[in-house]
Amino acid sequence: MRIELEKRAKVSTLFSVLSPFIAFALTIVFGGIMFALLGKSPVTALYSFFVEPLIEVWSLHELAIKAAPLILIGVGLSVCFRSNNWNIGAEGQFIMGAIAGSILPVVFYDWQSPLVLPLMMLFGMIGGALFAAIPAFLKAHMNTNEILTSLMLVYVAQLFLDWLVRGPWRNPQGMNFPETRTFGPDAILPEMLASGRTHWGFAFAIIAAVLVWFMMRYTLRGFEITVLGQSERAGRFAGFSSRKMIWFSMLFSGALAGLAGIAEVSGAIQQLRPVISPGYGFTAIIVAFLGRLNPLGIVAAGLVLALTYLGGEAAQLSIGVSDKVTRVFQGLLLFFVLSCDTLIHYRIRLVWERFAVAKTDEAH
Amino acid sequence: MGIIEAILLSVITAATPLVLAAAGELVAERSGVLNLGVEGMMIMGAVSAFAATQITGSPYVGILAGVAAGLLFALFFGFLTLTLVANQVATGLALTLLGLGVSGMLGESFLGMQGIKLQPIAIPLLSEVPFLGPLLFRQDAIFYLSIAIVAGIHWFLFRSRAGLKLRAVGDSHASAHALGVDVIRIRYLAVLFGGACAGLAGAQLSLVYTPQWVENMSAGRGWIALALVVFASWRPWRVVAGGYLFGAVSISQLHAQAFGIGIPSQFLSSLPYVATIVVLILISHNRRMTLINTPASLGKPFVPER
Repeated sequence: MRIELEKRAKVSTLFSVLSPFIAFALTIVFGGIMFALLGKSPVTALYSFFVEPLIEVWSLHELAIKAAPLILIGVGLSVCFRSNNWNIGAEGQFIMGAIAGSILPVVFYDWQSPLVLPLMMLFGMIGGALFAAIPAFLKAHMNTNEILTSLMLVYVAQLFLDWLVRGPWRNPQGMNFPETRTFGPDAILPEMLASGRTHWGFAFAIIAAVLVWFMMRYTLRGFEITVLGQSERAGRFAGFSSRKMIWFSMLFSGALAGLAGIAEVSGAIQQLRPVISPGYGFTAIIVAFLGRLNPLGIVAAGLVLALTYLGGEAAQLSIGVSDKVTRVFQGLLLFFVLSCDTLIHYRIRLVWERFAVAKTDEAH
Repeated sequence: MGIIEAILLSVITAATPLVLAAAGELVAERSGVLNLGVEGMMIMGAVSAFAATQITGSPYVGILAGVAAGLLFALFFGFLTLTLVANQVATGLALTLLGLGVSGMLGESFLGMQGIKLQPIAIPLLSEVPFLGPLLFRQDAIFYLSIAIVAGIHWFLFRSRAGLKLRAVGDSHASAHALGVDVIRIRYLAVLFGGACAGLAGAQLSLVYTPQWVENMSAGRGWIALALVVFASWRPWRVVAGGYLFGAVSISQLHAQAFGIGIPSQFLSSLPYVATIVVLILISHNRRMTLINTPASLGKPFVPER
């Protein structure tokens, strides 16, 4: 048996809508098989992974807290990926944004003013954008592959944060723990709702998604992104500069990743620690693809991926499987999303060898 | 044994996984497939090799398990990118993310266990040569394999008919297809070979370099291997040169600490990553040279016309 692809005359609208759902369903099926292999009842396990976190108010708030950075970063990455720039170092930009945004509450902790918080957010965006400027410059002017440089810089950012919180920024009253001072009240991103912990980072994420959706759909810049991403040559004829697009998309996604970083630190952790992200920058890549690079799709995808983080924790508590299951689910999900996207452009046919031979004979 | 020999030995041990993974990826890229999942295949190789060694007691079974795990993950990658023509960059990332997740889960019960080290094999006579003997001929099987594999790849690519076909597929899949070459089949084989090498590289990490299982123990080496292929301008022996250079950079932090040089350890640890970026800049800023060396069909999907 062989699999043959036949190009569709036009892109299938049906499958563009359906493919993320098929991918999610396949992930659930494989997840169930995996739980069964681990000796757990698939139904109970899947229930505690995907449903339990959704039935209590406090855990819905946790869901929003985890979805906020994923959506913010994912929306930025969608602009990058659509324009065919592969920024995969969002994790590093997230960290550098968090560090830059923390300068005020950690170094100038005496200064208290309502200005602190907006300035922190601004610094966070600048920090993320500047860190993304390195691979942008190297790609635009030195012809260096941005995938490898942006990824290498993640390790650099992680080590830099580690040095800061163990060295110059360590809390002098912190019993030698590797962490900075806790942020003052002016430096903490407030909660959005009275019912729980969700902070304003979630609102930033939704606003960013709507703005980018508007930009992609109604502005010339959005058109430029799509054209240059699909064909650099066509873009050049239209007078668009792919070099400027490298700068724009990388700085834009870096700024959003940086904002996600400082919002997470200021809203949820309230100090810097050696590790501030459970891999949000990488998971956001999955979010971007699951959302089919559409900002509104990314909001939904961000909630789904946030659920896998919570589900991992819940499953660890209630059925005693490792929370590493989360990463497996995330990886599987991306795999299935990518496979299902084939259905949008191609019809898949299974060809039985005997039949194929008969067809070749006919051709002779 | 002198201090110089000790340093050189540790360079070799640090370089071998880089050389292996890069050599395998080189073959895949020569056939036109960009597999960014090296890190994922490598970490799967590491965890499988460690687990199989613990269960059977034999590191050689471990090596086989590492290679098998690399092959299996490469097969996933091949199915998605070659059969289903999914985006190669995104699929490679998926492979890495999945590998890090699955290895973390499989390895959980092996955390903190005392590993079994792959013992060196002394080659008669040659191992008695002063200086070079202990360095090059009293090594473990994976080191010997790494050199043999690079030599084999060089011979295969530039001296054999099959290698010529593989390069043709990587440079222009349409022309190769028109000449009756089975593009997809050759690419599958190249990707699988790359996976086997990455799995072997992972086995080296958990059986030789640090004989234990630590989560994420590949620590970006798969990505450095990808950079090495660019550095080597897709030529096998240059992968060895580059691998040893990077091996030297990555162990310099240990020795600098031993000598008590007062640089924070985090800065020394970031050296291999910074060095990778610098090397990439030096290699690729000449646009024309890059264009000449890069396989022309690299990363482009192929769907045969029917």
